[in-house]
Amino acid sequence: MFHWLEKNPFFFAVGVFVVIAYAGIVTVVPDFMESARPLKGVKPYTTLQLAGRQIYIENDCNACHSQLIRPFKSETDRYGKYSLSGEYAYDRPFLWGSRRIGPDLHRVGNYRTTDWNENHMLDPESVVPGSIMPKYGFMFDKSMDFDTAYAEAYTVKKVFNVPYDKPGMPKLGTYEEAKKAAIKEAGAIVADMKDQAVKDAYKKGDIKEIVAIIAYLNSLK
Amino acid sequence: MQSSNAINYDYTVAKYFTVATIVLGIVGMSVGVIIAFQLAFPELNNLAGEYGNFGRLRPLHTDAVAFGFTVSGIMATWYYIGQRVLKVSMAESKFLMFIGKLQFWLYIVTVAAVVVSLIMGITTSKEYAEFEWPIDIAIVVVWVLWGISIFGLIGIRREKVLYISIWYYIATFLGIAMLYLFNNMEVPTYFVAGVGKWYHSVSMYAGSNDAMVQWWYGHNAVAFAFTVPIIAMIYYFLPKESGQPVFSYKLSLLSFWGLMFVYLWAGGHHLLYSTVPDWVQTMGSIFSVVLILPSWGSAINMLLTMKGEWGQLKENPLVKFYVLASTFYMLSTLEGPIQAIKSVNALAHFTDWIPGHVHDGTLGWVGFMIIGALFHMAPRMFKKEIFSKKLIESQFWLQTTGIVLYFSSMWIAGITQGMMWRATDQYGNLTYSFIDTVEVLHPYWTLRAVGGLFYLIGVFMWAYNMYKTATSSRAIEKEPQYASPMA
Repeated sequence: MFHWLEKNPFFFAVGVFVVIAYAGIVTVVPDFMESARPLKGVKPYTTLQLAGRQIYIENDCNACHSQLIRPFKSETDRYGKYSLSGEYAYDRPFLWGSRRIGPDLHRVGNYRTTDWNENHMLDPESVVPGSIMPKYGFMFDKSMDFDTAYAEAYTVKKVFNVPYDKPGMPKLGTYEEAKKAAIKEAGAIVADMKDQAVKDAYKKGDIKEIVAIIAYLNSLK
Repeated sequence: MQSSNAINYDYTVAKYFTVATIVLGIVGMSVGVIIAFQLAFPELNNLAGEYGNFGRLRPLHTDAVAFGFTVSGIMATWYYIGQRVLKVSMAESKFLMFIGKLQFWLYIVTVAAVVVSLIMGITTSKEYAEFEWPIDIAIVVVWVLWGISIFGLIGIRREKVLYISIWYYIATFLGIAMLYLFNNMEVPTYFVAGVGKWYHSVSMYAGSNDAMVQWWYGHNAVAFAFTVPIIAMIYYFLPKESGQPVFSYKLSLLSFWGLMFVYLWAGGHHLLYSTVPDWVQTMGSIFSVVLILPSWGSAINMLLTMKGEWGQLKENPLVKFYVLASTFYMLSTLEGPIQAIKSVNALAHFTDWIPGHVHDGTLGWVGFMIIGALFHMAPRMFKKEIFSKKLIESQFWLQTTGIVLYFSSMWIAGITQGMMWRATDQYGNLTYSFIDTVEVLHPYWTLRAVGGLFYLIGVFMWAYNMYKTATSSRAIEKEPQYASPMA
């Protein structure tokens, strides 16, 4: 049979494809629905948090930080309760990472404050002596991109039925409503910050990236 | 069988991709050396504002070496080997020549777009699949063009039986096509919502499912970019350069179909102790161990091809590259399964042992094989002898030293950090804070960066040698049958 295949490229290619394709089907498909189900109480991100998440991705924070606490005592002691599948139901994409150059962040919102994050992003060594994390001062200057965050929330609501605007779930509403809500949510974070330039910008309706990323980090619990 | 000299092979496209391999190799590995030094000396992060820090450069490094250096190398060798084992020249078909050139230029444009977009922070975050949808589409087109080239050349072949290397090129084409398409299923948000950045998209899969699809892709991108096409190369270049027939046809058959069958199951080993179903993790673990068989099958087949001819290792530096490459392949395919055992993975996952493992495979196996392959092609493409044998020798030893420094420091770093994360004192409290486990790595990270730098210098030596071969080396009249002529 193999000799015959080696003279018939078409059937050879079909053979290869069949042999490589079905492993994917067998491993991914059976539990797909089960794995997509959200845990009770898990909510989709607000647009401000989503904007922060996009900044997290843009700067590849996941290259150094995992968001997956494995079920070992050494990990739960350090980072909190181990991660459950249903907690990730609204994570598109997933951000588990593959290397912990820095610590896990899946529950960082439980033990870091806005103030700590502000200091840390500006100069990591001011709160963690010896830290090798880059400084992210530019996030204090760049304005966040509300439009793309809204577009993403709107898309997942429409296409994947993510339950925005359902009872007990975050409100998305129209573009204007969502923007108003994001500004209000940002205000609570800005109030806890001390950077005067960020505060001044906020008064003019300009939300800096740092505010969004702190909103996202605070939401990780 | 016709003598290969009877057909006038046209290496135009092979030469294009040879240049691309060298240039992108230098780009990707330079970025790699920079980010390695950034870990050891973090102030290097601040040289270019947001565009120069570790997070922006890391995907540029991985993608430039995987899809720049390696894929260019795959294409260069395909446009060389394809013609020769199918006994048909690219010059015989204007259409295929056009497709080949189109593929090359579109590929270059795509690579340029990738470099710019990654530095800008335009990324989906999925490892080795960071590109946003417009680039994904361009990549699919490039890939389809390559498919046309493969099956077009096969369609007009004179040699009816497909040589082993062709099996592996076909598998590379199909495997990457399938994996890439399914992992990059995404919805462009602008077209649904009408606001925001036009190139932004959101993944079709969420959470654990996204992770499963990503590592099914991520692991098997390694299979079909770093393993399968590299085996295609060694099955051609080692017998050609050494003048020895492949040791066993049956072993090559077993390894090929075995590899195809087993590899795709192993992705789950990236997700051990995560939230994907337990049985998927167990399957991933078991199949990873089974994977030793077909991997070692190929490697042993290559080493036994040199049976009784080990003297060539002294005479011919290219054979040295090939033999060391298959040895690193064996090391790497033994190390991987060990890391896939659940209890080992509990320690190794998230540590430097993983990038250490990746690099003994990529630097030792992929890099050495591509470098050696292009050296073999040079005298035949340019009709000149290789510029300097001495330079190849020094390159070989410098790079080998670099690899050893690299993986040994990363092994120590990984196991040290893994042990420190789990260390507890007599009362059961964690002994070390996280930053303790980072500070301890400084010497190993420095050593790793130096190892990488050695390897990069070797790549520059290779580039210089190739350049001199093409431009100012002594011409040869007749194509060498086996060992490549070198001054």
